[in-house]
Amino acid sequence: MALLSSTAVLLDKELRTEFRSRELLTTTTVFVLIVIVLFSFSFDPTSEESRRFGAGLLWLALLFAASLMLQPCFLREQSNDTLSALRLSVSDPFAIFLAKLVANTLFLLLTELLLLPVFAVLYNVSVLPMLHWLVLVFFLGSLGVSITGTALSAISAQARMRELLLPLLLLPLLTPILVASTEVTAALFDRSPYVQWKGVGFLAVFDLAFLTILWLLGEYLLEE
Amino acid sequence: MKKSVLSAMVVVLLLGLSGYASFFIAPTDAKQGLIYRILFLHVASAWTGLTSFFICFIANLLYVLRRQPRWDWLGVSAGETGLVFTTVVLLTGPIWAHPVWGIWWTWDARLTSTFVLWLLYVSYLLLRTLVEEPDRRALLSALFGIFAFIDVPLVFGSIRWWRTQHPQPIIMGAPGAGLDPTMYKVLFFTWLAMLGLMTLLLRQRYRLEAMRGDLEIIQRELEAA
Repeated sequence: MALLSSTAVLLDKELRTEFRSRELLTTTTVFVLIVIVLFSFSFDPTSEESRRFGAGLLWLALLFAASLMLQPCFLREQSNDTLSALRLSVSDPFAIFLAKLVANTLFLLLTELLLLPVFAVLYNVSVLPMLHWLVLVFFLGSLGVSITGTALSAISAQARMRELLLPLLLLPLLTPILVASTEVTAALFDRSPYVQWKGVGFLAVFDLAFLTILWLLGEYLLEE
Repeated sequence: MKKSVLSAMVVVLLLGLSGYASFFIAPTDAKQGLIYRILFLHVASAWTGLTSFFICFIANLLYVLRRQPRWDWLGVSAGETGLVFTTVVLLTGPIWAHPVWGIWWTWDARLTSTFVLWLLYVSYLLLRTLVEEPDRRALLSALFGIFAFIDVPLVFGSIRWWRTQHPQPIIMGAPGAGLDPTMYKVLFFTWLAMLGLMTLLLRQRYRLEAMRGDLEIIQRELEAA
């Protein structure tokens, strides 16, 4: 219970910091938008091609965006010298991770929901009939990205070249997320859409596995 | 004679014997002919690479729990040897694939997942070069190593489920599939020789890392004085 209440307080802090400036959300949204537009030059975005490549393209853009968005997660604490205070304020350091990863999942989900209509219009893919399933995939995928990304941003924040390092560490680790979410999303973009339960289950397993490791190793990640 | 020289000689002998066995003792494959003989080097390297990464993972875990520098030294050494053997796998694969499949590379499950595995450990070694302070470097890289190793089965699973051309597992695969008994023996012998080589490399690399560790301590003491 103590974990949940301290997580709630920290989550409130994360959300308040972000919504005061909305820096992360605006930059990430614009970044994904740019990538989506630039991708359209690499192939002919007619409806048939979009069905085949759209899902992968969307997820690739989101992963790139996430690897940039997760950057300040711990860097901000470090440059403001607030990490030690944060550590002292909670009994379980997992609460810090939990708050940050929930906040990051929310930010990513918000970006995705803002961009989905734009993507649907530009690439002529119909998203409305399967919207609830798309939201589920986006949620599971973003959760996985946030769990691993939050953990690795705690690592990369302590290294040199940290801005470059996080994508290098994170992107290969996210291969399973990219493969599974792309497959599930592609099935939902299909002419006769269907839900690929195997992929949904896989994403859930990924999230659960890394959440467990983060729970076990979290305290070491924040060691001074 | 010095122990290290003797063990090196044993490993060279084993490697020579396994090379001889791969070329002259194992029978020629009915369909593929001579080219299949690269299998012994390819598969044995793959197994050895995975063994090495597993050692790296165990060393990483032990470092996080015990904080003794020797686990860090073992971790980086095993990470590097694993990377060497995985590089051999990635190089011998296309040499075999070109005549048999007609292409050098295909984005099939095992190829892709081995490539991702390779990239993960490149990142692991890269991370080490970017953290100055030894204890911090050891801890951070050990933690990343654990994350990377847990990711490996997920990478293999995801890619294998959704995209595939590599020969289905012949060893412990479907019934009816399987190697000739002599081929099995040669393969396991090659693996043994490769494990010998791995141990040799690991030992040398570990000693080098240990000396580096000592040197770092001396340097810091000098700076402090």
